[in-house]
Amino acid sequence: MKYLANVVTLQYSVDKCTGCGRCVEVCPRGVFEMGEKKVRITDRDLCMECGACATNCEFGAISVKSGVGCAAAVINGMLTGGEPNCDCGGGGSCC
Amino acid sequence: MSKDCCSAPSAKASDASPCCCEQPPTVTAEWTRSDRLGAIKCRVSNRFRMNYRVTPGLHKLGSPGPDSLVFVSANYKLSFDVLRRGLAGLDAWILVLDTKGINVWCAAGKGTFGTAELVRRITESRLAETVTHRRVIVPQLGAPNVSAARVRKETGFAVSFGPVEARDIRAYVQAGLKATPAMRVKQFPVRERLELTPMEVVPSARKLALVIAVLFVVFGLGAQGILFDDALPGTIAATIAGLAAVLAGAFVTPMALPWIPFRSFALKGVLASLAVVGAILGSIPVARTLPPALLAASVLFAVTVGSYIAVNFTGCTTFTSISGVKKELRIAVPAYLVGLGVSAVLVVVYKLQQWGVL
Repeated sequence: MKYLANVVTLQYSVDKCTGCGRCVEVCPRGVFEMGEKKVRITDRDLCMECGACATNCEFGAISVKSGVGCAAAVINGMLTGGEPNCDCGGGGSCC
Repeated sequence: MSKDCCSAPSAKASDASPCCCEQPPTVTAEWTRSDRLGAIKCRVSNRFRMNYRVTPGLHKLGSPGPDSLVFVSANYKLSFDVLRRGLAGLDAWILVLDTKGINVWCAAGKGTFGTAELVRRITESRLAETVTHRRVIVPQLGAPNVSAARVRKETGFAVSFGPVEARDIRAYVQAGLKATPAMRVKQFPVRERLELTPMEVVPSARKLALVIAVLFVVFGLGAQGILFDDALPGTIAATIAGLAAVLAGAFVTPMALPWIPFRSFALKGVLASLAVVGAILGSIPVARTLPPALLAASVLFAVTVGSYIAVNFTGCTTFTSISGVKKELRIAVPAYLVGLGVSAVLVVVYKLQQWGVL
């Protein structure tokens, strides 16, 4: 299953990649695969912006604006002008 | 210091105080009847789920030794139980992080399952004195907030990311801590989507029942007070709309997710709602007696609310991005406001007709 096309904030800079393969290991969506000496992206639209790759890239080759939150949290953020907030408050309905 | 703080993991809420006794509690891989019951209750009761916890800290599975593997988990008991079951046949250490009772993936997103908490637990549990090797196995879905490099720098322990699903752990261990590409990808099969639907249906049905109760009063409003006969057609229309919205947004959309056209959840919700409200209106004869204004309001309300509930399911899926949800909502929220506004106008038109004003 794939979500909207051309929306994700994932950026990969091939120059900084050392081919360590950590991103291939941590990505739950199969966005990365090992190439000759460096990693390459299979399909950017598969990315769900969890941020596992960027957190674990020691070489700063990957950046992604990650975030969690249900639509209600995003709407709250839109209304209050802040970021989506996943603290559903006092142990309410939380994921 | 007292020793009873280290009681075996229980379903009761436990505080985050660190363990103070020498011996970590021992657990087994088998699930008892109450474990199985708990796993079901987690899917239907929010209150139960939020308090279904184990004590953070080090646990023994079977009789592990100094060279046994160390697996990291969350203190949501269902996460811990699924790991235990996946480790059947192995003697291992389980290091439980305090994630406030939230599962690994969500806790990694929120920040409670992360580098700092892992470093703290490794240090506090004196893991370096318990095992001779220097490696911990962290669930792959914890990776969004666990920096393997920083954990190694701060504790000396290397991090291996285990497979996404605990059922693949034994194969992963047998292969020398190597996961196949398939073990690295999170799937979202029908069974998992079905498990999530009760927590979608129940809260939205509860809210809509309240809305229908309020609408009953509005529809019954007349010069003589609130009349049941006057309230009936409007309440029927509202009930049909509410039922269709919940069924379409909270059940049909999650279940039929890959087969409903469009990638946008808002649009999937619109299609599902139209299908469900159409099916309900077509199958109950009383629907045909509703005045046109009410009928239109009913369909519009069902589509608007059904789409909203569907778009909220993005928070439960394993493949939607926050950028995508924001893009959808920039268009959908104004559309929802228009939908609700027009529904309200149609209800007012119907009431004015009922009062003989129009």
